Amino acid sequence: MATGSVPFIPPIEGIYSDNGLLREGVFSFRSLEDCIEIVQYASDARHAVVIGGGLLGLETTHGLINRGLYVDVVHIASHLMDAQLDADAGQLLQHSLESLEGTRVTFHLEKTTTRVIGEDQVTGVEFKEGSAIECDMVVIATGVRPNMSIAKSAGLDVNQGIIIDDDFSCPSASDIFAIGECAEHRGITYGLVAPAWEHATMLADRLTGRNPQAHYSGSRVSTKLHVMGIELAVAGDKEASKDTDEVVTYVEPSRGVYKKLIVRGDHIAGAILLGDGATTPRLLQSFNGNEKLPADRAAILFPIASDTVGIDVSSLSDNAQICDCNGVSKGQIVSAVKAGNRNFKSVCNATRAGTGCGSCKPQIEATLEFVAYGLVADDPSAHYYVPGIPMSKSELMHAVKTKKLKSVSAVFKALADGKEDAGSKAELASLLKTIWGDEYEDERDARFINDRVHANIQRDGTFSVVPRIFGGITSPDELRRIANVAEKYNAGMVKVTGGQRIDILGIPKEHLPDVWRELDMPSGHAYAKAFRTCKTCVGTDFCRFGLGDSTSLGIDIEKRFQGIEMPHKVKMAVSGCPRNCAEATVKDIGVIAIDGGKWEIYVGGAAGANVRKGDVLAIVDSADEALKHIGRFLQYYRENAKYLERTYDFVERIGIEHIKEILIDDTESIADKLDADMNSAIDAYVDPWQEGSKPLHSSQFVSVSSASEVTQS
Amino acid sequence: MSHSTTDSAQTQTFDIGHIDMIPIGEGRLVQIRHIHLAVFRTREGKVFATQALCPHKGGPLWDGTIDANKLICPLHSYTFDLANGEPIDNECKDLKTYSATVNQNDHIEVKITLRSSAK
Repeated sequence: MATGSVPFIPPIEGIYSDNGLLREGVFSFRSLEDCIEIVQYASDARHAVVIGGGLLGLETTHGLINRGLYVDVVHIASHLMDAQLDADAGQLLQHSLESLEGTRVTFHLEKTTTRVIGEDQVTGVEFKEGSAIECDMVVIATGVRPNMSIAKSAGLDVNQGIIIDDDFSCPSASDIFAIGECAEHRGITYGLVAPAWEHATMLADRLTGRNPQAHYSGSRVSTKLHVMGIELAVAGDKEASKDTDEVVTYVEPSRGVYKKLIVRGDHIAGAILLGDGATTPRLLQSFNGNEKLPADRAAILFPIASDTVGIDVSSLSDNAQICDCNGVSKGQIVSAVKAGNRNFKSVCNATRAGTGCGSCKPQIEATLEFVAYGLVADDPSAHYYVPGIPMSKSELMHAVKTKKLKSVSAVFKALADGKEDAGSKAELASLLKTIWGDEYEDERDARFINDRVHANIQRDGTFSVVPRIFGGITSPDELRRIANVAEKYNAGMVKVTGGQRIDILGIPKEHLPDVWRELDMPSGHAYAKAFRTCKTCVGTDFCRFGLGDSTSLGIDIEKRFQGIEMPHKVKMAVSGCPRNCAEATVKDIGVIAIDGGKWEIYVGGAAGANVRKGDVLAIVDSADEALKHIGRFLQYYRENAKYLERTYDFVERIGIEHIKEILIDDTESIADKLDADMNSAIDAYVDPWQEGSKPLHSSQFVSVSSASEVTQS
Repeated sequence: MSHSTTDSAQTQTFDIGHIDMIPIGEGRLVQIRHIHLAVFRTREGKVFATQALCPHKGGPLWDGTIDANKLICPLHSYTFDLANGEPIDNECKDLKTYSATVNQNDHIEVKITLRSSAK
C-alpha cells in the first residue's frame, strides 16, 4: 500500500460550500491543480490569509507576495516551522522574513482560526478568542494526514498512519506492506520524499530476493530548502533529548544567521543551519554518512579556508563553469543528473566533472543534491577503500593482515571472488606495500605506468626525469651531467621545478636506463605517490637571519624519507627562521627553526588545488627529534589516510588535537610501533633507478616491438 | 574509388613473438607494417589487441592498467572494454580491436585486415 496522504483541513466554520467541497476563495494546497487555481484566483485578490506557518505555508506566502498580495500568516504554534525548527530559529526566521518582506507579510502566532467570514465572497477570518482579520482569499496549509481509508476498511492497525514492522509488513497481515507517507514505523510518519524512496528500495530488495533480509530501522531525515529565499538546512533532531547531548549554537541576529548542532557521541544527532548555507553540503554529508565529527565543532559550522567559495549552486546560471579542469558547466551536470545519474560517482563519470584536480567536488555534490533533491542514491562504494572490494580501509587492512594477503592478485582472489578490477590495483599495491614492507609481493601490472618505469608519463607518451637534488643543493659536476644528458637525448625541455630540482622532459621510454646511468644521480620520485622533495632556504651558512640549519635538516629529511610510498604525494619544506622563505606552513609537512634551537613542525598545509595553513604538530628541541616526529606522522598518515587523500584533508578529517594526542601524548600507545614501522620502510628502500641496469623484464623499457607475417599453410 | 578486383581487403595473421615478451597483466606497443597496436596479456593468460592511441587525447594505451576485461588509459583514466573496445562509463569513441590469440608455440598472433591495392 502506498496511498500517500491528503491535506489536513482543520475544523473551521464556513469553509465548505453546500456540495461539501471547499467554498470559492478557500484553497487547500497539495496538487498542481491546486496551485493553478490559487494563482488564477490570486490575480484578482489583494489580501490573503494563509493558515499554517510550516514550510508549505511559508512557500505559499512567498508565492502570493510575489504576485502582489498582502499576506497574513496564521499559525497555531508559538513559532514558525515548529516541525523543523526550535523556538530560537523559528523566531529568527520570522524576523528575517519580516525585514525582507516589510508590510507585505504579518504573522499571527498561537492563533486558531475558527471561522471564515463572508457571504458570497470571502471577506475575512475569525480567531478563537474573537478577533478577526480581513482578506479576500484563504489558503489552508496545515499539513497532511496519511490516507488510511482503505487500510481502515480492511481492518489493518492504524494510528497516525498505517502501522508497519521493520519489514514494512502490517502486523496483522504479513502479506500486506505499506510504504511512503501513509506508513507509520515505530511511531513516526515521514513527510519527505527521501524516506519514501528508501522504503521503496528496501521493500523492492526484499520482495525480489536481492536482499531478503533488508531491515528498516527508520530514516535519518535531512533536508535543504529555501524558505522564501532564505537558505535553510535541517537534519535529525531539533532539540537535545539526552543529558549527554552536546549542543553547539551560534546566533547572529543582524544577518539572520542561526546554527545549531546537537552532538551525540561525536556524531551529529541534529542540526539547523539558517541563513548561511556555506557548510551545508559538508554538514549533510557528515550527518548522512554518520561520520565522526572533528573535535573542533566549529569546523563543521563555519567555512574553512579550503572550502570552495560560492557553494550555493542554486544561484548559478546553467552555463557557469563548475569543473575548471575539464570545462564542465552546471547545465551539463544538471542534465546528467536528470538523465538518471543519481550518485556522485556516476555524475562525475558521465560529465568528467571532478576528475581533474578534484577541487570542485563539493560544488558537484551540491548540484547533485539540488537537482536530485531527495533522490540522491546512496553509493555504498563511496565508502570503500577501492571500488573493486566492498570494504572500508580498516576492514580491508584487517582482512589483508589476518588472511596474510601479500600481493594484489591474492587480494582479488580472497576478497573479490577472483574478479580483478583495474581501477583498484594501484590503490591496493600502495596499501599492501605499507602493510607488508619488504614482505610485499610486487606485481608490476598492479602499478601505474609511472611506477613501472620510474618516470612521469607526459601527454605525448614520453617521460620526464627528475633526479634527486638533496636539499636543492647541486654542484657544477651534476649540472654538467644534466646538461650532457639533456643534449644527448634531445630533451624537449629542461625546467627548474617548484621543488628546487631540475626536470628533463620528453625522454622516450627506451632511453630511461641510459639517462639514469649517465646522470648517476638517484631518483627524485617526482612521478610517485610518495614523499617527493623537501624545499629549503639557504639556512645558517650564508643567511644573516638564519636560526637553524635548514639545508642540513632538509637534506636529512630527503635522505631518510625518499621514495617511501604514501596515500598521495607528500611535499615538505624547512625554513631556517620564522621569515619562512621555504613556505613551510603550506606544505604537507613543514619545519621552521625558531629561536632557542627549537623547531616548529607543521602538518596538513597546502598551496595547490587547495590552500591551507598547516597546523602545529609539535615544537621540538633538535633536528633529530624533528625527524622522529615527521616519520611518526608519515607512518600514521600511511596507515590511516584514504588513497589519494592529501594530508590537508586527512588532518582536517582526524583533527589536529586528536593527532597530537596519538602522536605526541601517545594515548593509544602506538608511537613506538609507528616509529619502528617507519624505520623498516626506510630500511627496505632501494633506489628504483637501479632497475635501469637490471631491468625486471626484458621488455620493461622497450618502446615498440614489430611482428612477422605468418605464412599460411 | 576504384572497383578493380585487385583492390581488396585482405586479412592476414601476424606473429608478434612469444607471449613472455609482455609481462603478465601489462601491454606493449607493436608495429605491424604501418599499423600500431596495443597488445595486452591478462593475468588469466588471454591476449587482446586494440588501437594504440586513446581516441580522447592520444594517450599511449599500451601503458595503461588492465584487468581481465577492461583497460584504463594512463593519461586521463578513460576506460574501455578490452574485448569489443567500447567505452565504459564515458562517452569516448570505441577503440578499434583486433583478433588476438596465443598459438600452440605460445606465440601471440594478431589478425589484421590490410587494405592493399595490388599492382
